[in-house]
Amino acid sequence: MARSGHTTAAKRTLVWLGVLFAVLTAALAGGVMSNQATWAPKLALDLEGGTQMILAPQVQGGGDQISAEQLTQAVEIIRQRVDGSGVAEAEISTQSGRNVVVSLPGVPDAKTRELIQASAAMEFRPVLAGSQGAAVPEESRTPEEELPEPTAEPTNASDLNWITPELYQKFEALDCTDPAAVAAATEERAPADQPMVACEPDTGMKYILGPVEVPGTNIATASFGQVRGTQGQSLNQWAVNIEFNEEGTQTFKEVTERLFGMSGVQNQFAIVLDGTVISAPTTNAVIPDGKPQITGNFTEESARALSEQLKYGALPISFEIQSEMQISATLGDEQLRMGIIAGLIGLALVAVYSLFQYRMLGFVTIASLVVAGFLTYLAIALLGWTENYRLSLAGVAGLIVAIGQTADSFIVYFERIRDELRDGRGLVSAVDNGWKRAQRTVLASKAVNLLAALVLYFVAVGNVRGFAFTLGLTALADLAVVYLFTHPVMQLLARTKFFGEGHRFSGLDPKLLGAVPLYRGAGRIRQPGEAQPKVRTKNAKAAAEASRRQTIAERRAAAEKERSASVPGRGSDKESN
Amino acid sequence: MPSLATFGNDLYTGKRSYPFVQKYKLWFLIAAIAILISIIVPVVKGGFNLGIDFRGGSEFTVSATENTDISRGEDAVTSVEPGLVPQVTNIAPNTMRIQTEQLSDDQTLAVRDALIEAYEVEADQVTSTFVGPTWGQDVTRQAIWGLVVFVALAAVMMAIYFRTWKMSVAALSGMTVVLIVTAGLYSLSDFEVTPSAIIGFLTVLSYSLYDTVVVFDKVRENTENIDKSTKRTFSEEVNLAVNQTLVRSINTSVVGVLPVASILFIGAMLLGAGTLRDLSLSLFIGIIIGTVTTVFIAAPMYAWLRAKEPALVRQAKRVEARRRHESAESDEVTV
Repeated sequence: MARSGHTTAAKRTLVWLGVLFAVLTAALAGGVMSNQATWAPKLALDLEGGTQMILAPQVQGGGDQISAEQLTQAVEIIRQRVDGSGVAEAEISTQSGRNVVVSLPGVPDAKTRELIQASAAMEFRPVLAGSQGAAVPEESRTPEEELPEPTAEPTNASDLNWITPELYQKFEALDCTDPAAVAAATEERAPADQPMVACEPDTGMKYILGPVEVPGTNIATASFGQVRGTQGQSLNQWAVNIEFNEEGTQTFKEVTERLFGMSGVQNQFAIVLDGTVISAPTTNAVIPDGKPQITGNFTEESARALSEQLKYGALPISFEIQSEMQISATLGDEQLRMGIIAGLIGLALVAVYSLFQYRMLGFVTIASLVVAGFLTYLAIALLGWTENYRLSLAGVAGLIVAIGQTADSFIVYFERIRDELRDGRGLVSAVDNGWKRAQRTVLASKAVNLLAALVLYFVAVGNVRGFAFTLGLTALADLAVVYLFTHPVMQLLARTKFFGEGHRFSGLDPKLLGAVPLYRGAGRIRQPGEAQPKVRTKNAKAAAEASRRQTIAERRAAAEKERSASVPGRGSDKESN
Repeated sequence: MPSLATFGNDLYTGKRSYPFVQKYKLWFLIAAIAILISIIVPVVKGGFNLGIDFRGGSEFTVSATENTDISRGEDAVTSVEPGLVPQVTNIAPNTMRIQTEQLSDDQTLAVRDALIEAYEVEADQVTSTFVGPTWGQDVTRQAIWGLVVFVALAAVMMAIYFRTWKMSVAALSGMTVVLIVTAGLYSLSDFEVTPSAIIGFLTVLSYSLYDTVVVFDKVRENTENIDKSTKRTFSEEVNLAVNQTLVRSINTSVVGVLPVASILFIGAMLLGAGTLRDLSLSLFIGIIIGTVTTVFIAAPMYAWLRAKEPALVRQAKRVEARRRHESAESDEVTV
C-alpha cells in the first residue's frame, strides 16, 4: 500500500478545506467591505423584536382555494401598501402556497395594520379634472373666492358639481411627486359614492375623480395582446383587453355613451386600484359589447402588468390575520442570549463527554465540531447576505440540536475504527477500512436527516421552516467536515507515534479495545507484539464451539469457572465478520 | 477503568450480549401496553393541553418586569373588556404571560397598553401574539402532511438502500411506537402542545429513523452472507449487530441529549414557556424513546419479519445441525 500516497491525499484534502474556508471568508469580507453584508448573521423577528403577521388571502366569491397567480398578486399588493406606508425593511413572503407573511420591524400603528388587512378595491371612475402631479405652489393657488362652487346637486358621475372648494384645494395641494404623499392619499379610502383626488404614479398625473361607476368585480376577465388592423395584420402595438360581465357591460355602455360626448379630461375614465390610478384612458368610442380595448404606449411588459391587475380586480382579495406576533426587543435579546448560552453549555457537555469516551480522540471530535460550526456560520452569514436568510430562535434551536447529530458522524466513524482495531488491524489500515464502512452509514443516515429537513422546509408553516433550514444546513456541513476534515485528520494522526502506537490516552489503544484476546487462560497476558497462537488443540476448538452455542448466562458461568480453574483454552472466541 | 470501550469490546466479540432479539415477545408486549396506554389516556382525558396556537386567542408576554403580581395583569385585561377571563401566569423570573380569548385588533392594542401601564414597563418589553381560529388547523394539517410525505419518502429510500422492504417496515414500526408513546406522554403529563413542540416531534421522527439506519446498516453488514454461514442464525446475527452498535447507540443518544437538555434547562428555568422549552422538551423525550425503540423494537421486528423466510429457516436448521454435531463431538472429547 502506498502509504505516503494516502498522507499526501489527506494533506491535499485539508488544503482544499482551507481553500473553501478562505473563499467563503473572502466572499463575506468583500460583502462587509462593500457594506452589503454584515459579519453577524441576520436575525429574524423573534430575536430582533418586531411584528410578524401571517395573513390568509381570501378571494371574495372565488372559492376556498387561491391560485398561485392570485397569491403573487396578493404579495405584490401588500408590498405596495407596506412600502407606501413608509415602513422600512418590511419583508413580505409567501408560505406553503397559501399564506402571506409580513414581517415588520417595530410595532406598526393601527393605520398600517388596517391598510395591510384591507381588501383591495378596483374601481372605474370618471375623470373630472387633471393636471401635472406636482403641488401647485402656495402663492399661485386659486384664491378662495375663485374656487369652483357647486351650483346644483350633481346629476351624474361626470358632473363638475361634485367638485367642492375643499376638494379643489386638496387637489391643488396634492403632490404626486412625493411618494409619502402618494401613500397618504392611498390610505384614505374614498367612499364609492363620493369623489376623490388621486395620483397616477406611472405618468405623474393627478386627478379629481367622480364617484365609482363600475366596480372591479364587474370585470369578467382581462387579457393583453397585439392590436390587429382591419385586415387582421399586427400593428405592432400592445393593448389590454377587458371583458365585463353582463352587469358591467350595461353600465360601461352607459358610461362610454356619456364620456364619448365629453371633451378634455372629462373624456377620460380612471381605473383605480387601492386609491391609486393605474390607468386613465380616453374614451374613443361607445362600447356596447362590454369589451373595451385600452391602447397607448404599452410595452409587452406594461400591458401584461395592467391586464393582471385588472384580472385581479375581478376577484378582490382581502386578508384575514391568521396569527400576529409583536415581539418585544427585550424578549428577543433575552431569547438570543439564552439560546447562545444553551448552545455553549451543550457544546461543552458534548466536549467533556467525548474526551471522557475517546480520550485524545475526543479532540478530533471537538475540532471537527468547531470546523463544522465555523462552516455553518459562514453559510448562514452568506445566505443572510445573498438570500436574506434570517436566523430565528427555532433556527438557533436547530443548530444546537445539530451538535448531537453532527457529533454522531464522528462517533459512528470512531466506533468503526475501533471495531477494525478489535479485529486486529493496525491503526493505519483500521482507519482506511473503518472509513469505508462508516462512509456508507454516515451517508445513509445523513440522507434521512436531509430528507426530513427538506420535507419540513417545504411543507411546514411558521417557525418550522427556520428550524428545518438549519437542520438541513448542518447536515450538509457535517458531511463536508467528515469528508474534508475528520477523515484526513484521522489518516494523518494514524501515522503519529501517539495514536499509531496506541497510547493509553489516545482512545485507540488496542489493548484497551481488546484487539486480541488479552486473557487467554493460564493467567497469562499476551503482549500486543506477540503473535496470536495459531495452534488449536482439538479440545480447545471444541470448547470454543461449545461456548458459542451457550447462552450468555452459561457463557459467563463458564468464563468464571475457567478463570478460577485456569484451564488452558480460550474463554471466548473472537468473533469477527 | 471499566470504560465503555471495554464494555464495547465485550459486546463486539459477543462475550457480553443482551437478548434484544431473543426476548422480542417481552419488548413487543411492553410496547403494546405503552401504545394502549398512550391511546387510552388522551381519550379519557379528552385530548391534549393545546397551546394558544391551536385554540386561537391572544397572548401577551411581559419581560423583565419588577412586578409579578397576577392580579395586575387580570385587572389590566378586565379594564379593557370586563367580560374576559384572562389566564395570568408567572412563567419565569420577571416574566408574565397573559392569555385571553380572541381579541379584536383594537382590543389587542388596548390590552397591550393596559399591561404596559400595569406592569410599569416600556412598550418594547411587551410581546403580543394574536392567533386566528383557523391557524392551528393550518399548522396541524401541514404537520400531518409533512409527516406523511416524510414517512413515504423515507420508507422508499430505506427500501432502496437496504434492498428489502422489511427493513423499512421494521424501521417505521419503531418510529410509530415513538410517535404514539411521545404523544401519550404529552397527554399524560399535560405538557402544552405548541407548534414548537410539533417541530420537535417531527424532528424526533427523523432522529428515530436516523438512529435505526445506523443500526440497520450494521445488521445489513452482518447478515450479508448469511446463506453461506452456519455460524449463527439470522436472529443471532441481528442481535449481535445490535449489541455491536450498542456503544454507538449509547454515545449517540448521550451526545444528542446533552445539548437538548441544556436548551431544556435554560428554556424552562430562565425563559419559561416558549419556543426553546417546547422544542427541547419534545426532543428530549423523543431522542430517548427513539434510541430505545431502535434497539428493542425495530431490530427485533426486522429479525421477526425475516426469520420465517424459507431460506433463513433452512439456514437456521443448518446452524442447528452443525451445533448438534459439534456438541456431540465435544461431548466425546471433554469429560
